[in-house]
Amino acid sequence: MAKTVLQSININKYFSDPVRVQVLREVNLAIDQGEFVAVTGKSGCGKSTLLYILSTMDTDYEGELRIDDVVMRGKTEGELALVRNEKIGFVFQFHYLLNEFSVLKNVMLPGLKLRKHSAEEVEHKAMERLKTLGLEKLALKMANQLSGGEKQRVAIARALINDPIIIMGDEPTGNLDKKNGDLVFDIFKQLCEESNQTLLIVTHDQGFADNTHRIIEMEDGRILKH
Amino acid sequence: MNLKLLADIAKALLLARWKQSLVAAVGVTFSITMFIALLGFMNGLNSLLDGLILNRTAHVRLFNEVKPNPNQPINLAEAFKGGHNFIQSVKSSGSRVELYNSGAIMRAVQADPRVLGFSPKINAPVLYNAGTIDINGAVSGIDVEKESKFYFFDNYVTSGKSLDLKNISNSIILGKGVADKLLAEIGDVVQVTTSQGERLPLKVVGYFQSGIADFDKVQSYASIATVQKLLGKPNNYVTDLQIKLKDLAQAPAVGKEYAQRFQCDAEDIQTANSQFETGSSVRSLISYAVGIVLLIVAGFGIYNILNMMIYDKMDTIAILKATGFSGSDVRKIFIGIALTIGILGGLTGLAFGLLISFGIDQIPFNTAALPTVKTYPVDYNPKFYVIGIVFSLITTYAAGFFPARKASKVDPVVIIRGK
Repeated sequence: MAKTVLQSININKYFSDPVRVQVLREVNLAIDQGEFVAVTGKSGCGKSTLLYILSTMDTDYEGELRIDDVVMRGKTEGELALVRNEKIGFVFQFHYLLNEFSVLKNVMLPGLKLRKHSAEEVEHKAMERLKTLGLEKLALKMANQLSGGEKQRVAIARALINDPIIIMGDEPTGNLDKKNGDLVFDIFKQLCEESNQTLLIVTHDQGFADNTHRIIEMEDGRILKH
Repeated sequence: MNLKLLADIAKALLLARWKQSLVAAVGVTFSITMFIALLGFMNGLNSLLDGLILNRTAHVRLFNEVKPNPNQPINLAEAFKGGHNFIQSVKSSGSRVELYNSGAIMRAVQADPRVLGFSPKINAPVLYNAGTIDINGAVSGIDVEKESKFYFFDNYVTSGKSLDLKNISNSIILGKGVADKLLAEIGDVVQVTTSQGERLPLKVVGYFQSGIADFDKVQSYASIATVQKLLGKPNNYVTDLQIKLKDLAQAPAVGKEYAQRFQCDAEDIQTANSQFETGSSVRSLISYAVGIVLLIVAGFGIYNILNMMIYDKMDTIAILKATGFSGSDVRKIFIGIALTIGILGGLTGLAFGLLISFGIDQIPFNTAALPTVKTYPVDYNPKFYVIGIVFSLITTYAAGFFPARKASKVDPVVIIRGK
């Protein structure tokens, strides 16, 4: 059996403003190495909230979260930042890149932060990632000179720079046209099949979800099926 | 390495908003420039004004006051020792205006580690004779070299050379006011009569202008030997010893000690000129206060601009945090931005402050009271420059601290979800 990279045990989450509302109820979830998982559900069902808890960015929850068999509760803000840096790759819907930097530097930033490799190695690695995604010609352009689809692919390259154990995406194709959306999906699929990369993608695009290995459907803060 | 990365990010953010950053830096530059120029000018003026009196005043002056003898003979007589003696019509005794055993005193003073140096002096009241009239005055016998070294005598000799007093025998440097009354040119000979009736012709080798006109109307200077000759006294005759200390604050204590040890009178500078300290310290205080207010205003400018930058770069902060930068990394980035503005603005400010100081130094400033001063005085004390840069760093750090803390607390989830 493949190794479990991400596990949530009885996660509950409340929003207390303006009134206390439970948004996640007893979420139990385990994702194995190499899985390509889509989380679907209607707007407001808590799927994004769940993703932000799983990504360690939201720490205000009840229950237990394990990433790579390490319990996340009790870690300091700095330690969680390191976990995100080293083990999680992010692809967002809107928040693409830092406009102040070149494409290459954008991809390199998390790698430079991790400091596992020298700056030259990180640069080399970033170029390789860009090449596999067909973006090497854009490497020295500024981030704001790119089209939406290109930006999203650069964001994927950035997510890959530290060889994370899991890539998380929050509607990564939500803001793209069909063609670019398919392109991004194909990249994910390829990563999963060729590199055995684990992926957890929140989406409400049913076509996208149907092509993944596993669909987790949510409703009213509960997991319906998985 | 990590710091280098953070510095890179700070630099990129700074350049992305270079216009605002520049405005912030110019604010700091302006205040530091003003701070330096103001303090330099104010202190230059202060030391000039203080110097008017402090330079020429001994820290401790040893002399024998003309006063009644406290040990009247009747008190020494055995027969009257037990009673309380009333003595009427006591007169001051002026028999000993000279410092007794002056050679030994000078050696002892010279050996004292607290003493920077001293200059002996003889004060002699005289009459200047000009045709049929006599003008009241005083001649001071001085050791020109020591007087120049410790009391800046040179600075007040407006024409002629002060060293000629020593090199030319029977020479005199006249106060400007005296010279005007006597119509004496340099090279002329003036007649001087002492209170004992001795008369001596002296050659004028220079004019002296102290900045205090009344003083210049009576005072003249000659060498010690000349005045001894004028008074008909031996060559160990000295009436005053003007002592300069390494630390001015010790003057009262040293004065008291010497008075007892050498059996003479001692006057310290604090007693003689107590009002000086107050004036200069209040002026310095005002200029520091204005400078610091300027810096604080610049600090608010930086605070505003950083706050704006943080609202502007909320997305960037959120992405940095999502990709693994911690809150303290983000804080360092924004503190870095603030300090960069502070350092660059501050250093430019120091440079401009120096330039303005040079400028002020060129403005003509002619006043009869200060013959040797031709332009406005400026103090280039490095202390002001150090204080300036330190203050600019402190204010920019303080101004950056709160925005940076706010940035470090940005919750990426709120930003990312809010879109």
